[in-house]
Amino acid sequence: MEDDTKYVLEDHTLIIELPKELDHHSSIGLKEETEKLMSAHFIRRIIFDFQNTMFMDSSGIGVLLGRYKRMQSAKGEVAVCSVDERVNRILKMSGIYQIIKKYDTRTQALAAFEQGK
Amino acid sequence: MDKNIVNVKKESVTIQMESYSHNEQFARVVAAVFASRLDPTVEEIEDIKTAVSEAVTNAVIHGYEGGQGIVELRLELEDKVLTVEVKDGGVGIPDVEKAMEPLYTSKPSSERSGMGFSFMEAFMDSVDVWSEPGKGTKVTMKKKIGNEFSRFA
Repeated sequence: MEDDTKYVLEDHTLIIELPKELDHHSSIGLKEETEKLMSAHFIRRIIFDFQNTMFMDSSGIGVLLGRYKRMQSAKGEVAVCSVDERVNRILKMSGIYQIIKKYDTRTQALAAFEQGK
Repeated sequence: MDKNIVNVKKESVTIQMESYSHNEQFARVVAAVFASRLDPTVEEIEDIKTAVSEAVTNAVIHGYEGGQGIVELRLELEDKVLTVEVKDGGVGIPDVEKAMEPLYTSKPSSERSGMGFSFMEAFMDSVDVWSEPGKGTKVTMKKKIGNEFSRFA
């Protein structure tokens, strides 16, 4: 499986375009890459963009929780966007919306961060 | 061949695979294709894929602790019921009840959410776990296909 995760750095926001299938396997490289970026750059916010993601299991929740904790200790923020119905069901069940906000699009998530500055 | 299929009441497949993490995807896709013989809804297919993914991931991460071993996936269809068995010969679980508690994880440092068993229970009709320390773990899950009223609609 090739890694189809993409990383975009915009100002101090890291946008992670998640892979088609977010499971334990694809999360291994994703965690490593994100850690590298976080230590090399000053990142205050992370947006997890689910636009390409068709499958996610509890390993994906682990990824979100892990980044959330890292950002919290740096007083940063985390958001998700472009979540399809199937992924939304998993996110809802996990209870993660209590701590991470969801936006319809990446643009909306970025705009919300801008306003909160 | 087609006539033959109509009369099949019970069938099963068993696959053995190495505990590589990329086999998590392989296992859930195989299970989805096998279950599709019962003409499930898209949602039922997603439920099965998620549950199988959780069980195989557990075998890879916890059963073999990231090392090498064999994970066996057994799928069976009988009377519109899909049975999925995921078996490993790994370290086993000392306290199954505790392992199945929501949010419990034996590996908090590796960012596990502790929701694996909860997802299996949510997406399948039943989940049974046999485990013996030093011998391995077997997870047996059942789901009736064609249940119009899903609990998480």
